[in-house]
Amino acid sequence: MSPRRTDAGGRIDRLRTIRFTFDGAPYTGHAGDTLASALLANGITLFGRSFKYHRPRGVLTSGVEEPNALVTVLRGEVREPNIAATMVEIYDGLTAVSQNRFPSLSWDVSAANQLGGKLLSAGFYYKTFMGPAIGPLKGTRFWMFCEHFIRRAAGLGRAGTAADTARYERMNAFCDVLVVGSGPAGLMAARAAADQGARVILSELEPHFGGSANWSGETIDGMPGADWAARAAGQLEGYDNVRLLPRTTVWGYYDGNVLAALERVTDHKERPGKGEPRHRYWTIRAKSVVLATGSFERPLVFPGNDRPGVMLAHAAERYANEYGVLPGHRIALFTNNDSAYRSALALKKAGAAIIVIVDVRPELSGEMRELADEAEVKILSGHAVVATEGGKALSGIKVQRFDMINGALAGDPRSIQADCLLMSGGWSPTIHLASQAGAKAEWNAARQAFLPPKPTQQWIGAGAFTGSFSTAEAIAEGRAAGLSAAGGTAAPTALPVVEAAPGDPDPAPVFEIKADGKSFVDFQHDVTAEDVRLAHREGFISVEHLKRYTTLGMATDQGKSSNIPGLATMAEALGKPIPEVGTTRFRPPFSAVSIGSLAAERFGDLRPERLTPMHDWHVANGATMYSAGLWYRPMIYGHPGETIEQAYVREARATRESAGIVDVSTLGKIAVQGPDAAEFLDRVYTNMFSTLAVGKARYGLMLREDGLAFDDGTTWRLGEQDFLMTTTTANAGKVMQHLEYFLDVIWPVLKVHVTSVTDEWAGAAIGGPRAREILAACVTGTAVDNATLPFMGIVRGKISGVPVMICRLSFSGEMAFEVYSGAGYGTHVWEALIEAGKPFGLVTYGLEALGTMRIEKGHVTGAEIDGRTTARDLHLDWMLSKKKPFIGSAMMDREGLIAPGRLELVGLISLDNQPLNGGAHIVEALDEADPHDSIGHITACCYSPALGKYIALALVKDGKARRGTRAHISDPLRNRFGPVEIVSNHFFDPNGSRMHG
Amino acid sequence: MLITCPYCGPRDVIEFTYQGDGNRERPQPASQDLDAWNAYVYDRLNPAGDHNEIWQHSGGCRAHLRVVRNTLTHDISSVAFARGDHKAAARHKAEGKS
Repeated sequence: MSPRRTDAGGRIDRLRTIRFTFDGAPYTGHAGDTLASALLANGITLFGRSFKYHRPRGVLTSGVEEPNALVTVLRGEVREPNIAATMVEIYDGLTAVSQNRFPSLSWDVSAANQLGGKLLSAGFYYKTFMGPAIGPLKGTRFWMFCEHFIRRAAGLGRAGTAADTARYERMNAFCDVLVVGSGPAGLMAARAAADQGARVILSELEPHFGGSANWSGETIDGMPGADWAARAAGQLEGYDNVRLLPRTTVWGYYDGNVLAALERVTDHKERPGKGEPRHRYWTIRAKSVVLATGSFERPLVFPGNDRPGVMLAHAAERYANEYGVLPGHRIALFTNNDSAYRSALALKKAGAAIIVIVDVRPELSGEMRELADEAEVKILSGHAVVATEGGKALSGIKVQRFDMINGALAGDPRSIQADCLLMSGGWSPTIHLASQAGAKAEWNAARQAFLPPKPTQQWIGAGAFTGSFSTAEAIAEGRAAGLSAAGGTAAPTALPVVEAAPGDPDPAPVFEIKADGKSFVDFQHDVTAEDVRLAHREGFISVEHLKRYTTLGMATDQGKSSNIPGLATMAEALGKPIPEVGTTRFRPPFSAVSIGSLAAERFGDLRPERLTPMHDWHVANGATMYSAGLWYRPMIYGHPGETIEQAYVREARATRESAGIVDVSTLGKIAVQGPDAAEFLDRVYTNMFSTLAVGKARYGLMLREDGLAFDDGTTWRLGEQDFLMTTTTANAGKVMQHLEYFLDVIWPVLKVHVTSVTDEWAGAAIGGPRAREILAACVTGTAVDNATLPFMGIVRGKISGVPVMICRLSFSGEMAFEVYSGAGYGTHVWEALIEAGKPFGLVTYGLEALGTMRIEKGHVTGAEIDGRTTARDLHLDWMLSKKKPFIGSAMMDREGLIAPGRLELVGLISLDNQPLNGGAHIVEALDEADPHDSIGHITACCYSPALGKYIALALVKDGKARRGTRAHISDPLRNRFGPVEIVSNHFFDPNGSRMHG
Repeated sequence: MLITCPYCGPRDVIEFTYQGDGNRERPQPASQDLDAWNAYVYDRLNPAGDHNEIWQHSGGCRAHLRVVRNTLTHDISSVAFARGDHKAAARHKAEGKS
């Protein structure tokens, strides 16, 4: 029997035992336990070490707001840090470990930090990492060396390095009414809206619907609240127009009533069911939202309030009533309001001894005294807890007489033995989503809390969220909100009857007990009340500055428990009322969201892939595929035992010696058609296209509006009003958008239609001295001789019975042809070309050989057209027509774009016969250790079989003028430093005699 | 945010691509007025309130739309085809094109 498990009660399944480990030690719990409740049942009260001081910490809460009990959950190699133990449902094989401790949780060397607490006060990092402004250590490496260790000592969990193998998915949903939160208010709202016929989504961040009804011990309609909630949820399940989302946190409220939610589908399972994602990211567009998100209980601020064993009162009540776990055997309570009395009674009924209720208020109602009598507990009214005793676990408290008007302590402190102290500092409505939706929270002096603002979007609040803390009010407001959200009118039926303990919802305005010792405001970031006052003394008076300077409320819990106590402390220091200090605005997410869920299908094996028509052939014929954007292209067709370099050198050499063929289906292809198509192309390209004859192609260059180079490619004139434009693979989408923009927005009168036809055509480029012979051997219906098919000419014919379009153009520098066929016939035509090429030594080549031959020719690609280079920089100024304006023509001659010192395209030849590295810098100095400034960088490199040398293209400052000179490449990260000669980018066959044939 | 495309009806903003400030005036293509070009290429209005913007329904019909959006509230008060812009038609005529 677990030391702290009650004999009966709770919603756990006592017949099912679950085995798990924490810090390597095996434990058991029951189905329905959280990691926190199961460890508490095993007598574990020490859960972690704090952020800065490494103080021992226990569990403070029972829910999503937990600041202390953060653990790392391990699944295989994957580790997920900073998970609240209160939110982890245990399953067989769960492996959790504690955080921020070394070497172990109970014996942590960095705990010495708390002795030097004054050093680690507010603004510590700002003050420290500025380093000394004067003296011998000013700006030294020593200081940066220290920073490393200081930063390591502080922190929470450690992120994993293994790839996350889980699957995530996205879902869009639409509804009339989204109900957030399923306490009595949410359940009533969902039911009322559903009865009106509205499409309803009810979300609940916990595994079970019912919220506080599951643990409040109240009776609703004559049955225990938990039973009432289970029945209500069960009834909702039967509605066709209701979708129930348990384990789903609505974390963002955006414009247009769009809400974001995270559903934890399988975190509570040993392994996911078939097809189940780990998390599901919901985007919910709701006509109307009912916010029934409840409220958070606040801690009180007093010395030692962070010791393991100190817990929020309602959390203990919940552990007892919902999980059948007592957080202690001798329990004391410390409160400023009535709600703790109900907690005392619940724990008493569950079997704990309640030692004392310390209440800051001098006068208490008769009702509270009756509750205390029923719990057989003594009340110390007008008293406060001034210290806690014990080491890693609470052994007792010190109390003293307290005057809540002036905060003064009087009399001698006295010790009371207790192994658990429950505190209640009042309640704060969970207004996060309303605040995100855009409105400012309003301070309510009676409730001592910020209440939700007037709605700025389509939402209605209900229950504790509005500051109505009783279950009867929640039920009434919930139903009214549900009706109103669904556009219905008040129902005449009676509301469920609630039997609950009495209590005044208004707390005494006491937040802090000032006494010696560390009093924590923000438990997770180790911010004390004294830190807040220090920040004030140092001049931080805006609440936004206070937050950033002290890091109050900036931890993973986002200040759910610390915001109001922090504000109250600041307000007191400023001598202003709380509403004048204001509160920071809540922003999404409400609680932590997995990055995986945000990426969902757009990542990994679910990312869409684009395959060319000949893809399967490439794979079947030994190609190593290379991902380029969404496309997959052959990199090399390697032979057994070949390196990548050996393969591409062989492919390129064979192409230049006989012939090679490459799949170019990925090139962007846009049909530009209409009476004004030629005029449009004249405006879009820097060179003329209206003068292009039908049946001919021309190489074109586009600039952006700002005069920088944008994209290049050939455009074929298929008819008077019919052009086929090709773009680079990477820019196909951008160019399409560019053309559409100009046609739609700038020149709507031009009669031109553009259509993306990239996927309609399969393309094969075949080049080399014998390419023409190969075509002649397989093309029917047209001649392919020089007269019929001159350079940049286009013919139509057939290959193996399939119509093809052939254009004679060259990227490799060889006599070359691009053969286009309908995409469905791509492989058929490809295979026919391969077959026809066999007697001529035709090889297939991939991207590497393609790149090698283009580098040898000095052609540019996206590596050189990088958004910073002009046509002149790339020696393409011969393409800039002077006869007409074109996009970019007005801006391309701006001072900065024609000034000396620009990076210009050059070729580099390695002089030490070693490979050159892509991205390496070019330097003038000869000293490897002190290479001085970069004068440029390498954009592409290869071994050139045509030259027998390692060569590269590079962008070099005033590169044209440096041709014939020497420099060095410097690549210290890869330990490469070596001499190069700067030459023209046209390494090979500069006159083009080979391609013109 | 929902944009009501005149072709496709109300669609989520995720289907659209923002294409910039709709107030920019492109100078005559042959203009050498660098200040005017500079203003067109680089200057953007940034009003707190109603803003005239160009959006493309890139995940739908691909039409460019002229959208008046309030930058403070994201309320959209009008959506029209950018092609229907008479200023652009007039400018084109002024250039002496058919």
